[in-house]
Amino acid sequence: MNGPPMNSVDPLLSVRDFRLEFDTFDGVYQAIDGVSFDVAPGESIGIVGETGCGKSVTARSIMGLLPSPPARVRGGQILFDGEDMLTVGEERLRQIRGNDIAMIFQDPMTYLNPVFTIGTQLVDVILAQQRAKPRAERMTRRDARDHAVEMLRKVNLPNPERQLENYPYQLSGGMRQRVLIAMALSGRPKLLIADEPTTALDVTIQAQILDLIDELRADFGLSVVMITHDLGVVASVCDRVVVMYAGQIVEDASVARLFDHPAHPYTRGLLASVPHPGRPATSLSGIPGSLPNLLDPPSGCRFHGRCALAGDDCLQPPPNTVLAERHKVACWRAMEGAGAVD
Amino acid sequence: MLRFTLKRAVLMVFMLLGLLAITFTISHIAPSDPAALAAGPDANVEMIERYRVEYGLDRPVYEQFVVYLGRLLTGNWGKSIHTTRMVWDDLLAYFPNTVELVLFSILIAIAIGVPLGVIAAVYQNRPVDHMIRILTVTGVAMPMFWLGLMAQLYFALYLEWFPLGGRIEMMTDPPRDITHLLMVDALLQGQFSTFVEALHHIVLPAVALCFPALASIIRVNRAEMLETLNQDYIVNARAQGLSTFRIVAVYALKNAMLPTMAIIGLRFGWMLGGTVLVETVFDWPGIGLYAVQAAISSDFEPIMGATIVLGFFFMMTNFLIDIIYGVLDPRVRDQV
Amino acid sequence: MAESIRSDTAALPGFAERHAGTIRMARLYVRTFARNGSAMLGLAVVVLFLVTAAIGPWIVPFPEDATGAIHLDQKLQPPDATHWFGTDEVGNDVFTRVVLGTRVTLQIACIVTGVAMLIGVPLGMIAGFVGGRVQEVIMRITDVFLSVPGLILAIAIVGALGPGIVNAMLALSLVWWPGYVRLVQAKTLSLKNEIYVQAARSMGASKLRIVFVHILPNCTSPIIVKASMDMGMAILGAASLGFLGLGAQPPFPEWGAMISIARTYLPDWWWYSFFPGVAISITVLGFNLLGDGLRDILDPKHRE
Repeated sequence: MNGPPMNSVDPLLSVRDFRLEFDTFDGVYQAIDGVSFDVAPGESIGIVGETGCGKSVTARSIMGLLPSPPARVRGGQILFDGEDMLTVGEERLRQIRGNDIAMIFQDPMTYLNPVFTIGTQLVDVILAQQRAKPRAERMTRRDARDHAVEMLRKVNLPNPERQLENYPYQLSGGMRQRVLIAMALSGRPKLLIADEPTTALDVTIQAQILDLIDELRADFGLSVVMITHDLGVVASVCDRVVVMYAGQIVEDASVARLFDHPAHPYTRGLLASVPHPGRPATSLSGIPGSLPNLLDPPSGCRFHGRCALAGDDCLQPPPNTVLAERHKVACWRAMEGAGAVD
Repeated sequence: MLRFTLKRAVLMVFMLLGLLAITFTISHIAPSDPAALAAGPDANVEMIERYRVEYGLDRPVYEQFVVYLGRLLTGNWGKSIHTTRMVWDDLLAYFPNTVELVLFSILIAIAIGVPLGVIAAVYQNRPVDHMIRILTVTGVAMPMFWLGLMAQLYFALYLEWFPLGGRIEMMTDPPRDITHLLMVDALLQGQFSTFVEALHHIVLPAVALCFPALASIIRVNRAEMLETLNQDYIVNARAQGLSTFRIVAVYALKNAMLPTMAIIGLRFGWMLGGTVLVETVFDWPGIGLYAVQAAISSDFEPIMGATIVLGFFFMMTNFLIDIIYGVLDPRVRDQV
Repeated sequence: MAESIRSDTAALPGFAERHAGTIRMARLYVRTFARNGSAMLGLAVVVLFLVTAAIGPWIVPFPEDATGAIHLDQKLQPPDATHWFGTDEVGNDVFTRVVLGTRVTLQIACIVTGVAMLIGVPLGMIAGFVGGRVQEVIMRITDVFLSVPGLILAIAIVGALGPGIVNAMLALSLVWWPGYVRLVQAKTLSLKNEIYVQAARSMGASKLRIVFVHILPNCTSPIIVKASMDMGMAILGAASLGFLGLGAQPPFPEWGAMISIARTYLPDWWWYSFFPGVAISITVLGFNLLGDGLRDILDPKHRE
């Protein structure tokens, strides 16, 4: 346990009973259904789940980045430093973005504008952050450029001055992700949301980027929300994990606790599908079936269709059980078979 | 960038040769008796024979082409029957007026079309977008010459806001030729009243001429903006706290401008074709009117001269657009 | 025996079952199209135009007015109950001439687009399929044609051949084909590398068979879309030549040629040039909207 203990301080970010749906041609898609979790200052949490489980949607909602329509908030709060991000309005959101909360994305190839140099884009972002400050404290364009070089140096990009003149296509994927991280951290935010930041990268580069995020986290005193489907990533950089399934949180635990005592059958399935040294390859089974249709979600526990332990009671909404001080699970069968995987 | 430019330039020389091959084919091979055609409808047998020898029409085709190129290079573009002057001199006199009209018109089309395309994209499927769409669909459907006539009818004859046609008033002395572009020359020599008068005359024809191109530019720019605004780098720009205006007007627009540039280049061809119509309607002393009058009286060499000049002008514009494209998009210029 | 036959036919899937996929697709197309208001408007205009062209001579009030009749006592009458669009300088009914102009216009548009397709589609397919030097030559010639403004080149050709409707159509066809070469060549190139075409090749299908079975059918959608758009553009082109006095010659009831004469009667006799222009605009608008609608259903990439 290297993170701060839970509930000892006010959370930096508190998502409370958040609900969101999308209007589609085929009906209403219930993307997020009653999600709640907290992030303490300096804490790093992972949000884990399959593609389509709502983890990226949650991340973008925190930043107010989802276009509406088709997205529609149906309830709940997203409190950041006491402000509800769902109601502050676009003007305030723009000040918060970059200055207080920053985000990096999955595919560094497509998240940089192809027709502007790295320098132009970085300086632009830095200058945009200045508008939230009182006039006297704002950086000039030259300051912003110096700051851009400094940020590129912080993310260990070689020849930062030269990189400013380069276009994105002249950089490798790993370098671009470094640029995006530099961009995100240039406003010294309190919270970094990383949406699958390593998925599109080579394995060796992945490790470098994760190390960098960890290092900068200590440097900047950042809280991190790491969105990923890769439990390995979670194990290496997170203090706590939130497991999402079909728009709901099924389990919330510290990393050590989750890996040692997974309580939810879905979590156990996820863990079972991670290759382990010393475990026969035949057990690399994954979880049979696929995500339920969220246009018409199943009643009760949303996992019951794929769950080996499912019974009649699973047709009722599962209770939220607190198993330990830092371990919550939403399942009727939470205790059965717990610890079957280690 | 230099290599990119050079490569385009070489390509353009080949295109120009291709254009000359087309005009050569039309004038030397297609007609049953090219000499009779070149000599004009009233020529007698002797004159036709003289043409035959002068143009090398008694020799093999490839030699004829070489003679043809040589003739063009030395400025011997033939003689116009209806103006009784050398075609080269006529073209020099009329072409600048056309350039002025077309450039003015394309500037209007870009200055109005690009912002309207952006607005339509930002307010997609809202009332503004629908109004702009009506403008674009009717813009390409209306025949330019008819639009010009109706504009004349309403704005010149009924409202009397603009003159009916012509370049400047009959009684006004044009400024001394420096650039041959009348408005520019008037400004250079400080003749503001002449400039205003010329501006007054150019508005109606330029607007009539720009309509179809304007509609195309709006359409393409809107579609490209919609596509660009959905790109990941726009999401990132928003996540980094950039203002909506900067995202739309700088980050998205520069990307959307690349395909828009391409359509501007293509539509410039429509405009050059359209000058023929608009100049006829507004009695504009340009190369289009000159070509039409020649075509009606089967006066052959001026038509070919005008075709070459307008074709060359079109190629030059597209060459320039390619270069601008290279400047805007670093990937394009580095690919060469 | 009789029973076994009956059971055989019952076992054979009916037409609807055998073509279920095609029918479902067609239904989707029709639904998408019908939901698109402007496409339906375009279709309505085009149908109206075609019907008018077909039955025009039987519905117009003064059929002889299109063939050079002269009623000087009725010249230049403003629109009224008898002459809905007024009369022209020789007393001909403008409405009659505009209605009869639909047939002329349709002929011109069909011939120009048709000839352009007949030249352009095979050339494009050869270029794309054969590749190599053949492609190089065809595409460079195409590029040169595309680099000359179409109307200018058409005027040059008419200038060489002499004014008249036939020469005008010929000239327009000659400047129109390069667009089809580009379109078909690009499509053929991409199809050639599709897996199923590669598969057919590896199984030894003849080149002709590949072209007619695999490539041509897949080119039809973009060709139809372009042809629909081009009908409108060809109408504009022909009207422009007519207006310049290089296309159809009066008293032939061609809209552009009518406006060419009518403009000398502006502004007092405005109806004479106004109505033919409206007819051109509406017809072209119809073909453009139809083309847009067709593209929306046939070319999913352009769907919004």
